[in-house]
Amino acid sequence: MTKVTMTVNGKSVSAEAEGRTLLVSYLREGLGLTGTHVGCDTSQCGACVVHVDGKAVKSCTVFAMDVAGSEVRTIEGMANADGSLGVVQQAFQDHHGLQCGFCTPGMVMTTAALLANNPKPSEAEVRHELEGNICRCTGYHNIVKAVLAASGQDAGAMAAE
Amino acid sequence: MPKDTGIGASTKRREDVRFLTGKGVYTDDLSLFGQAHAVMVRSTVAHGRIVSIDTSAVEAMPGVLAVFTGEDFKDVGGNPAGWLINSRDGTPMREPKRPVLAHGKVRHVGDAYAAVIAESYAQAKDAAQVLSDATEIEELPAIVDMKAAAADASNRVHDEIPDNICFDWGWIEDNRAAVDAAMKAAPHVVTLELTNNRLVPNAMEPRASIGEYFPGTGDYKLTTTSQNPHLTRLLICAFVMGIPENKLQVVAPDVGGGFGSKIYHYGEEALVLAAAKRLGRPVRWTAERTESFLSDAHGRDHVTKIELGCTKEGDILAIRTETYANVGAYLSNFSTATPTFLHGTLMAGPYKVPHVYVNVKTVFTNTAPVDAYRGAGRPEATYSIERVVDKMCRELGLDPFEVRRRNLLTPDQFPYTTPVGLVYDTGNYQATLDKAVELADVAGFEARRAESAKRGRLRGMGLSTWIEACGIAPSHLVGILGARVGLYDAATVRVNATGTISVMTGAHSHGQGHETVFPQIVAEKLGIPASSVEIVHGDTAKIPFGMGSYGSRSLAVAGSAMDRAIDKIIAKGKKIAAHMLEAAEGDITFADGKFSVAGTDKAKTFGEIAFSAYVPHNYPLETLEPGLEETAFYDPANFTYPAGAYICEVEVDEGTGKVDVVAFTCADDFGNVMNPMIVEGQVHGGVGQGIGQAVLESTSYDENGQLLTGSYMDYAMPRADDVPFYTVDHSCSTPCTHNPLGVKGCGEAGAIGSPPAVVNAVIDALQRGGHSHVTHIDMPVSPNRVWQAMNA
Repeated sequence: MTKVTMTVNGKSVSAEAEGRTLLVSYLREGLGLTGTHVGCDTSQCGACVVHVDGKAVKSCTVFAMDVAGSEVRTIEGMANADGSLGVVQQAFQDHHGLQCGFCTPGMVMTTAALLANNPKPSEAEVRHELEGNICRCTGYHNIVKAVLAASGQDAGAMAAE
Repeated sequence: MPKDTGIGASTKRREDVRFLTGKGVYTDDLSLFGQAHAVMVRSTVAHGRIVSIDTSAVEAMPGVLAVFTGEDFKDVGGNPAGWLINSRDGTPMREPKRPVLAHGKVRHVGDAYAAVIAESYAQAKDAAQVLSDATEIEELPAIVDMKAAAADASNRVHDEIPDNICFDWGWIEDNRAAVDAAMKAAPHVVTLELTNNRLVPNAMEPRASIGEYFPGTGDYKLTTTSQNPHLTRLLICAFVMGIPENKLQVVAPDVGGGFGSKIYHYGEEALVLAAAKRLGRPVRWTAERTESFLSDAHGRDHVTKIELGCTKEGDILAIRTETYANVGAYLSNFSTATPTFLHGTLMAGPYKVPHVYVNVKTVFTNTAPVDAYRGAGRPEATYSIERVVDKMCRELGLDPFEVRRRNLLTPDQFPYTTPVGLVYDTGNYQATLDKAVELADVAGFEARRAESAKRGRLRGMGLSTWIEACGIAPSHLVGILGARVGLYDAATVRVNATGTISVMTGAHSHGQGHETVFPQIVAEKLGIPASSVEIVHGDTAKIPFGMGSYGSRSLAVAGSAMDRAIDKIIAKGKKIAAHMLEAAEGDITFADGKFSVAGTDKAKTFGEIAFSAYVPHNYPLETLEPGLEETAFYDPANFTYPAGAYICEVEVDEGTGKVDVVAFTCADDFGNVMNPMIVEGQVHGGVGQGIGQAVLESTSYDENGQLLTGSYMDYAMPRADDVPFYTVDHSCSTPCTHNPLGVKGCGEAGAIGSPPAVVNAVIDALQRGGHSHVTHIDMPVSPNRVWQAMNA
């Protein structure tokens, strides 16, 4: 076991890790940040997406030691400073973009990274970019709406309901 | 202005805030002092005799605390089936024991025969691999194909069951001769053989369980991913482990989706309890996704021959089916109800068909158990009916919309007794069909088809008119049908002294939004803010009783229990108010949160009454108990019957066979709607799963019983770019006639109505595109299958 240090949600943190400890385990078990979820074992589902140095990363695919010293952001770090929901989070609530909530942290983190790179994505771009995040509850309708709304676009008109 | 609170308002979900900020608490998020980790050792072969398990190989490994094998559980009970089904000859179904851990034989890949408990997960995982290597299993030929299994008596999943048949069920057997005669006399008979593909439910949260044992009291606690903690407690206590029910607390905290797969009790739950007792420490287990694929109860898996007798004008005269239903290696809790009373009773669909007969043979195979998955039996029925009706239209050259209109029950026919044992209470199937036609712009289809053709794509349109029986279920009726439990539900409404309210409900929310919707109803009925109402669910120590959430029953059954309990609160409040206001009880009215003396301005607020109930200084103590808390159990008088019309448009790439669902329209009748936003979300999700079944999802076992689709690399889950925006409508409402809220349930609708609409659309596209020989393609309509069909 080695002590691994990194910055998570703006705070310097450290916890013990083995060489085989994945970033997601480090976050969940080492730091108690259980908002990042494990939904599969093949890096397909995206429930574990966090940001590492500003990029969306599946934290089940990264060893904790490999990102020592990095800036990591998790779902616990997405709210506004006053504790209110951030723009992406608020859009997901406003548009009922979540049901059981299990895939939600990964969806929010992927969305935030997507919008940072592409502030006004088309519906097709949103759907393409969300390919790596599986949701079993929503049929994606309201997730796509939420992402479009978070980008400031008229999601209702784009969904043509 | 739309309402933002109360019944009918699209109130935003309060639970979202914790889920959106990473503060949800799912089972695997809990960390307990002193916890040990369990890893299951699962069979790598589909069928075999356990020759030896050398536990000494792992007992000395670092961190290993205990090893369990089937030997440890051979003297406890088995995990039972909840419904007793009799065969046509009157003999009861065959019920092999389903042990906590396999003993003697392993019966499917993934069948757990041992478990290792260690200090850390990694140590347990390492040891489980070593124990797997130290186990000798004599491999037997795998029984995978249902019809072959039923035909071959020499190879048996369970040694004591000679033909691998669980039961051979006829519904309704006494009507068989009349149905045969009607079929023989019919001017035209359409025949279709189809497969309802096996699905893996794939709730995004894998199953997880934590067992605790408290030696000071002898109490157990199980925290688990369950849709119905009381049922799990009942099964563990009364059938498997013999723990008194008052010594086991079952908690289902935040649960990340279920879709049926978390209704059932699984062996891992008993294992962690037994291990916790032996070790005196909490023991936790969390499935890897691959374990979910191998060991969660799967869904569907029917092979059906359906015949439909009709006139040349398209009047349906008779329907007859023969279905083989796979139950897998063991009987999961609802597995015998799903292909029978949730399937056969729906085989009249929404149509005025006079003669229906259903035969279902359920077969044991060396595959994972199969049980209810979103819709459960009703999607299988709907798919068979709507596909064969579509085929009838093509064979007779009739318009599928007109044929439906011709055969749909009309509003004046309700209540309507079907030939398969149900009484539909209300509906207006023409209205939902008309609404779907309007919203889908059926009139504009030809123009869209021409535009698709310009891009080299074949466009097709498919229709399905569906009905389901949900709000499960009237206990008396299901008792006659073989259920071993009642299917009522319960609620306690506790008004606290300060006027806040706690509702303990037997329903369990794992995505459905009960924490938001149930308070909307309480607030409306009591004239108080929804924010002062909290919903308590998922804990056998806190709630009176409950059968959980599945079968679109939460509002229809548990919500009705809550409604009744609120009525009792109001009734008691009137007695208290009568005393305080010095009026006759009969003169007290309750509205807008106030108890008033009719015709006067004398009134007490709800809060004043609550306070008086707990501080009974001016209170009729000689005739009325203090306190304001009421419990109601509600047993529904009938099933509920949501129905609707779904229209799908697809584009098919003629070169590759790839199917794209480009438009999907739903017009549903769910009765009264409590929260439209949530109802629409439920339909979206169901349709997404239905498109997944129709286009993408295939569960494949090879001839050796190896699961070829055991991960998300191989099993095609629908993703955001596989589906379009959906158009959904629920304005054609005929409220349920027999529950107090007038609700019918919406959770399963999308998954029931959508698969046939998709496949009908694909056949339509191919037929219009000149591939007139293609009359059926089994689901999923993969590029390979569609291309092969076009080029056959």
